[in-house]
Amino acid sequence: MAINVSIPTILRTHTGGQKSVEANGSTVAEIINDLDSRHSGLKDRLVKEGNLHRFVNVYVNDEDVRFVGGLDATVSDGDSVTILPAVAGGMR
Amino acid sequence: MLVIRRDLVDAMVAHARRDHPDEACGVIAGPEGSERPERLVEMINAERSPTFYRFDSGEQLKVWREMDAADEEPVVIYHSHTATEAYPSRTDVSYALEPNAHYVLVSTRDPEDHELRSYRIVDGVVTEEPVEVVESYMFANTGADDIPDCR
Repeated sequence: MAINVSIPTILRTHTGGQKSVEANGSTVAEIINDLDSRHSGLKDRLVKEGNLHRFVNVYVNDEDVRFVGGLDATVSDGDSVTILPAVAGGMR
Repeated sequence: MLVIRRDLVDAMVAHARRDHPDEACGVIAGPEGSERPERLVEMINAERSPTFYRFDSGEQLKVWREMDAADEEPVVIYHSHTATEAYPSRTDVSYALEPNAHYVLVSTRDPEDHELRSYRIVDGVVTEEPVEVVESYMFANTGADDIPDCR
C-alpha cells in the first residue's frame, strides 16, 4: 500500500521538483529505502550511520518519529509521512 | 535584499528582548515566491538556552502545514544571539536548509542597542544582504526617495 510522503523544498532536487511522492514500506526505514530506489540520493540526506540525520525531522502523521522508534517507527495504510528540515542553531 | 515592514522588525526585536538571555526564534511567512514577509509566528525555543535554539518539532509541523495550506513559505527565519554579534555561527550555517529563506539574526548583547542583519545561506555559503525597512510594501521598490532609512 502506497504511503504519501511530503518532501521539503531542499530535497525536491531528488524528486524532480515534486512536493510529494509515494513510497511503500511498513517502517520509516523501509519507506526511505523504497524512496531511495527511485529518487537516488535521498537516503544519504536523511540517514547517517543508521540513524535519522539530526538536520531533518520525519513525522508519521503528527508524530515526530524520534519519539516513536526512529527509523523503526511503523507506518500503516492511510498514514502519511512528512519530512521537514530541522530549524536550529547556536552561538558557536 | 530583504525588504521588510517596520512592525515586523519591531516584533522580532521585542521577541528577542523578551526572551533574553535565552535565544528567541521564529518565522515570518509570506506568499510563495513573493519575497514578502507578512505573518510572524513566534516559535518555542525547545532548547530554552542562551547558546542554542531549536524549533519544537511538533509546533514546526503545525506551522509548516498552515503555511502549505495557505500557499505560503518561510520568507524569514529569525533567531537571536544574546552574547555575540548578529552573524551566523557554524551551527547556524549547517542547519540553514530552507533555500528560499532570509536568515535574520538579532543580537541583544547590548541592552540599549540591538543589531539586526540578514543573510542568504545556500549550500553552506553565507551572503549578507542589505535590509530595507519600509512602513508598507505598497511603497516599496518605487525609488530610493520613497524608501525610509534602514535604521
